Amino acid sequence: MSTISEQRKTRQGLPSLRGIVTKIVLLSIVDAIAVFALFTLFVQESWVVFGIAAAVTLAINYIYLRPGLLPAKYLLPGVLFLAVFQIFVVIYSGYIAFTNYGDGHNSTKEDAIEAIILTSQQRVPDSATYGIAVVEQLGQLSFLVTDPDGDIWLGGDGAPLERVTNAETDSTGKATSVTGYNTLTLQDVLGNQRAIADLAVPLTDDPNDGALRTPDGSRAFLYLSSLVYDEDADTFTNTANGTVYTDRGNGAFQADNGASLTPGWKIDVGFENFARAFGEEDIRGPLLNVLLWTFAFAFISVASTFVLGLLLAMVMNDWRMKGRRFYRVLIILPYAFPGFLSALVWLGLFNQDFGFINEVLFGGASIPWLTQEWLAKFSILFVNLWLGYPYMFLICTGALQSIPDDIMEAAAIDGAKPWAAFRLIKFPLLLVSVAPLLISSFAFNFNNFNLIYMLTAGGPRDPSAGVDAGATDILITLVYKVAFGSGTGRDYGLASAFAILIFIVVGAIAAYGFKRTKVLEELN
Amino acid sequence: MKVKSRGILAAAATASAAALVLAGCSGNPGTDAEGPVGTLTVWVDADRAGVLKDVAKQFQADKNIEVKLVTKDFGDVRDDFITQVPTGRGPDIIVGAHDWLGKLVQNGVVAPLELGDTASDFQDVAIQAMSYEGTTYGLPYSVENIALLRNVDLAPDAPATFDEAIATGNQLKADGKAEYAFLVGLDPNASDPYHLYPLQASLGAPVFGLDANGTYDASNLTLGGAGGEAFATKLAEWGAAGILNTNISGDIAKEEFNAGKSPYFLTGPWNVPAAADAGINYAIDPIPTTGPNAATPFVGVQGFFVSAKSENALAANEFLVNYIGTEAVQTALYEVGGRAPALTSAFEAAKSDPDVAAFGEVGAAGVPMPNVPAMDVVWSDWGSTEAAIINAQGDPVALWQAMVQSIQSKIDKG
Repeated sequence: MSTISEQRKTRQGLPSLRGIVTKIVLLSIVDAIAVFALFTLFVQESWVVFGIAAAVTLAINYIYLRPGLLPAKYLLPGVLFLAVFQIFVVIYSGYIAFTNYGDGHNSTKEDAIEAIILTSQQRVPDSATYGIAVVEQLGQLSFLVTDPDGDIWLGGDGAPLERVTNAETDSTGKATSVTGYNTLTLQDVLGNQRAIADLAVPLTDDPNDGALRTPDGSRAFLYLSSLVYDEDADTFTNTANGTVYTDRGNGAFQADNGASLTPGWKIDVGFENFARAFGEEDIRGPLLNVLLWTFAFAFISVASTFVLGLLLAMVMNDWRMKGRRFYRVLIILPYAFPGFLSALVWLGLFNQDFGFINEVLFGGASIPWLTQEWLAKFSILFVNLWLGYPYMFLICTGALQSIPDDIMEAAAIDGAKPWAAFRLIKFPLLLVSVAPLLISSFAFNFNNFNLIYMLTAGGPRDPSAGVDAGATDILITLVYKVAFGSGTGRDYGLASAFAILIFIVVGAIAAYGFKRTKVLEELN
Repeated sequence: MKVKSRGILAAAATASAAALVLAGCSGNPGTDAEGPVGTLTVWVDADRAGVLKDVAKQFQADKNIEVKLVTKDFGDVRDDFITQVPTGRGPDIIVGAHDWLGKLVQNGVVAPLELGDTASDFQDVAIQAMSYEGTTYGLPYSVENIALLRNVDLAPDAPATFDEAIATGNQLKADGKAEYAFLVGLDPNASDPYHLYPLQASLGAPVFGLDANGTYDASNLTLGGAGGEAFATKLAEWGAAGILNTNISGDIAKEEFNAGKSPYFLTGPWNVPAAADAGINYAIDPIPTTGPNAATPFVGVQGFFVSAKSENALAANEFLVNYIGTEAVQTALYEVGGRAPALTSAFEAAKSDPDVAAFGEVGAAGVPMPNVPAMDVVWSDWGSTEAAIINAQGDPVALWQAMVQSIQSKIDKG
């Protein structure tokens, strides 16, 4: 009696003690982690992320502490995962499409300026090595320099070297300390690495004589900077020929003649990447052929794998078939291998002179499976059939088993021939559950980068055509080549713009396909 | 109730994951004031981690700076370094290949390294490889290049010219002693410009010219011209004669050479142990010339780079120049990886192994593989054109000219 009433209470929203305790424990763990994360974020002053994290924490507490709100309690975990792993990624790559992010433009302007200054330091050829000790007075760091002649000098940031006479030296004649200054110990030096590495002590009043810098705190070398940064004008000037490099809004310091300094930095470029995506000759030229082949590849792949998978599923679904389990395991095997591994194995099998297919199956023939345009296309489709049919077999088996036998029995009693029964009854029923998966399979194959890249890398390519597109290149591999393989290197901005364009194409096809599926459902 | 608590559990997991992800989005690992005065983070691959562990311990004992070795897949190091340095959470030091250098400089993630007077202690080719536009950026530790592997039982004498090698090979083939006149691993669609380069260089067609500093000048593409066209004609000839076969992959070439079916195999030190295991009586020769110049292979140099945003620049410099750059460490790295040391004294010691000495002799005459970013656009056109020429898919000279034009236009666009 009591248990029943307890159960009823629970159902009415009065939770059991155990439930409350579990809830409190779990929620405290979440909150503890959240507070730790918030604290870290607060210290780092990353306010945007802090705000988001705080809002999420509050939302979690509100939803799980408040009675009711049952749908929210179920949905929240999934929504959070969706936000972090899907929506954020999509928005971020969408944002990248509007920047020039890529090789040569991978950080902020401050970083770029720092890097240019760093790399413009050139050691004066054939200059000597100076022994130094890092000394400090009132928080100001200086170098106590022993030059190769044994003379001792002192100088600091912006204060050129001056002779000192009251320094103490060690047995080698290297100055170690000087009155009025504290010599930094090794530990101090390592504790102030940034400041010491940045310290440049001018040799004389004339900046063209160069400055001493130390790479290790005990030796210094004479450096001349080939570029000087003017902070107020925001320009770099080449000390040798006077060329001025200015920020012209291109994400790099550029001279009048168009030459720019590396690295540049990341800027927003608006729709420039999309304009390039359409204007790029490497894409536009072969686009029609590549697009046709991409559609053909995706469509034939889905159709061939579906037909073979369905056929096998029907055979294996027949109770008269002996040893069905054994065969099913065999059929699923290709699905169990990693796709890229299979592609590599097939690459070996297709070798023109040494491959198993030519050597054994075709008795030593020399068929150029992967190097002749049409044979390469065929080979790609064939391998994809091998890779893809187990998936179709699995979903068709599932769908077939869910179709009640009595429908088919009824059809048989009504005098339907097997083919007619299949075509008019079984197949439409099957399609209701399988069609959405066919659409997703189409979308997958439309972007089946791995297979193409592993098997032919888009080749064979017509080298006289001048563009980097081969006979088996699909849209995604072509985009990869253009965005990552040519020009100045990887261009994430352009790649993201292409990704968005491809998404629009695939999305449109999928939307149309799903609409058709709905019609199918209504018919039944 | 059961369902509900499971929901909470999921929520807890989600929230903690989200919190960690968000927290991870920004931030610096804090440095502790106690214990060691600093921490150097070094990205290494699994092979080198073992050796460096001892050096790291020594360094910590001497300087009280902890060296944290993070083991990463070698292939991921370059790109992860480029993306992580700007966030301020990258490592202080990475291990890498010299041909990454152009890209690292282009992205402003690598700091110059002052070797001081120790620069002359390294092989010239190694220092040249670690330099970009006249500045040295890395501490080299190993050099690697290809050479000609010869089956002494089949061909007792080292060939001076490529024609001589082919003549010997063809004779052996005619006598039924060998199945191939010459072996080199190629790819049907991309051939292998790296392995074929010495044959091209000998005809006087390097990829890029050198600037006043002796480093590669990307604006001076030297693939074309009479030398390049002569090489294209030769490629077609060798392709037609079956000397070069794009269907012989690196693995097949290795297998066939180890089966004693070819007198010559153009390859690197990585394939020598297998040949020795297969019982081949081999010798390592300079690559035979095809033209008036020496057949110089590309030399690959591996070394260590310092991050441009390292907070431990002095310690990193100290660790590289005065610890990794010592003979003991260079020798230890050689013993683990089998790659010839870049430090001359360690290299001389390693020469007690005749294979290392032979490859080293060939490499000393070689040129570093270009480290300019423009090299990235060269490989694809270069490889597919060579494959097309070998397979007689057009007029060799016309194909070669089209390739040079295509590469030049891509470089200009960049």
